[in-house]
Amino acid sequence: MSALMNNKMAKIVFYAAILALGIFLPIWFPNYIGQLTVMWLMVIFALTWDILGGQMGYNSLGNIFFFGVGMYTTAMVQVGMFYDLAEYTSPAGGEIYTFNLTQYFSGMAVGYLVAGLICVVFAVVLGRLMFGLRGPYFAIGTLALATVVGELVSTWELVGGGSGMSMPNFPGEPAVSKAMFYAMMFALAIVTFLFLRWLYGTHFGLAINAIRDDEEKAEGMGIHTLRYKTVAWSIAAFFLGVAGAIYGNFNNFFEPIEVAFPTTTFGIFMVLMVLLGGKGTLWGPVIGAILFHIIKEVTWTYLLGWQWVALGLLIIITVVYFQQGIMGWLMDKKPTWFGIRVEGEKQRLGDMQ
Amino acid sequence: MSHESIIEVENITKTFGGVVANKNVSLKVKKGGITGLIGPNGSGKTTLFNSIVGYHPIDGGSIRFMDKEISTYRVQEIARLGLLRTFQQTRIYGKMNCVENMLISIPLRKAGFLDMFAARDKEILERADRLLEFVGLYEKRWLRAGDLSFGQQKLLEFAMALMNEPTVLMLDEPTAGINPTLINGLIDRLKRANEEFGITLFVIEHNMRVIMNLAEHIYCLAHGKMLADGKPEEIQNDQRVIDAYLGAH
Repeated sequence: MSALMNNKMAKIVFYAAILALGIFLPIWFPNYIGQLTVMWLMVIFALTWDILGGQMGYNSLGNIFFFGVGMYTTAMVQVGMFYDLAEYTSPAGGEIYTFNLTQYFSGMAVGYLVAGLICVVFAVVLGRLMFGLRGPYFAIGTLALATVVGELVSTWELVGGGSGMSMPNFPGEPAVSKAMFYAMMFALAIVTFLFLRWLYGTHFGLAINAIRDDEEKAEGMGIHTLRYKTVAWSIAAFFLGVAGAIYGNFNNFFEPIEVAFPTTTFGIFMVLMVLLGGKGTLWGPVIGAILFHIIKEVTWTYLLGWQWVALGLLIIITVVYFQQGIMGWLMDKKPTWFGIRVEGEKQRLGDMQ
Repeated sequence: MSHESIIEVENITKTFGGVVANKNVSLKVKKGGITGLIGPNGSGKTTLFNSIVGYHPIDGGSIRFMDKEISTYRVQEIARLGLLRTFQQTRIYGKMNCVENMLISIPLRKAGFLDMFAARDKEILERADRLLEFVGLYEKRWLRAGDLSFGQQKLLEFAMALMNEPTVLMLDEPTAGINPTLINGLIDRLKRANEEFGITLFVIEHNMRVIMNLAEHIYCLAHGKMLADGKPEEIQNDQRVIDAYLGAH
């Protein structure tokens, strides 16, 4: 594996294989295309959670907030561009609203972009408040944020209140729309991964690692800690917002508590997936997300009725006995595979003092 | 006077609840020199350091760095002005290797938004290597900083501070916890940092042999007040200082 990881050619083959799997899996297993879409969503969840939770040492339990904001934002844009939003969501209305292809796709393009950007704005503004909190206080503060906003949106009539909203219907074959949303989610997962891979290789990666290891020291060295924390959260917010926008369309219908701001399901899954795969690593969240999704689907299928018990057990075992995760465990056991040195170099000849 | 002294502390007072940690303390740190600060345990040395670098607000007085009033500045701003401190309890980034610890310690005086996303720079890497060599950690540069011994971590913290190219470096007990055989090497390196890199040093030290060897001018604190100051030999023979250390107060 060491040779494999260090070999550029092997790396290209490895990435190509993942790309090919991403393309061919839904073709080989067309019945599972919805599941596979959610699997890539899980990868995005884990990757974005790890920016703060793993790389920066800030455990956010409220990242799901941006997912919901993205979903609502794109819905409001996609509908609002062509119809009156209040009439569209009015419980009295029995009208059928149709969107032609141009309307559908232009609305979606604008909606996704605005969703991502609104989430960045929220991250910047809320970051000023939230990053005054450290450790467990930050975790509870962000959890409160997501929970409260979910409840607040439930009372907002304009977006359908507690009964939620339907998204514009795709003007075409349902099979085409399924393939399209799969492609979107897969593409977003790839873009998120590549973006983070680049980001962690820059000065930014070092800075957020420094904040994780000793924030006071980082401040003492003059590092703009608040700036880094805000930008890190904004990056997570952007990708989560777009993911939420895609998921809303994929699901066709959403409501605030269970779909848009699900703090007790997706909101916890993202933490668990990262812990399972190994926090603070690039591949850990990806491995954790895919493994978790498989475990979850298998228990839902074969242990129906006991699935939450199985999931609870998985959480307890991971949190209590396996905090370093799969990648963390591998790095501990085989550090040389990852280029981590455990021994100093031999003093070079002629360098003896 | 101000062009000669780079830090001017005037009459600063700092209290924690009812405890007066510093009372009307004044001192000057000479530009380009090595100034020492001594005093018995609990005399307020570290509090004074913390006040100067903006770690906590002061209750009264003035702190000027390069003729600029900095007593209301925050820690990061002061560090970016070129006034840096190391910690008594050594602080490094434990899960990162030594080179990464160095790379994140580059000076940030003019760092803009896009500098956050700068790629690894070859020149910076070379400078990091040179400084690690300077403190004698070159062979261990790829090890995780948290796996180094305490003394090695102190050396790394010193190298990180040099990487930051400070104008003034404030060291809080640089030799505490270091193997006695390594202390001479450290004194030598501190002197070289002062002479070769032109960094003004301001050092808290408990080890009398070290501070008498190192500093040109020494201040002595006791019970939060400035007790005496002068050349090392003057301080060594000052009856008040001797009394303070022997507990005659």
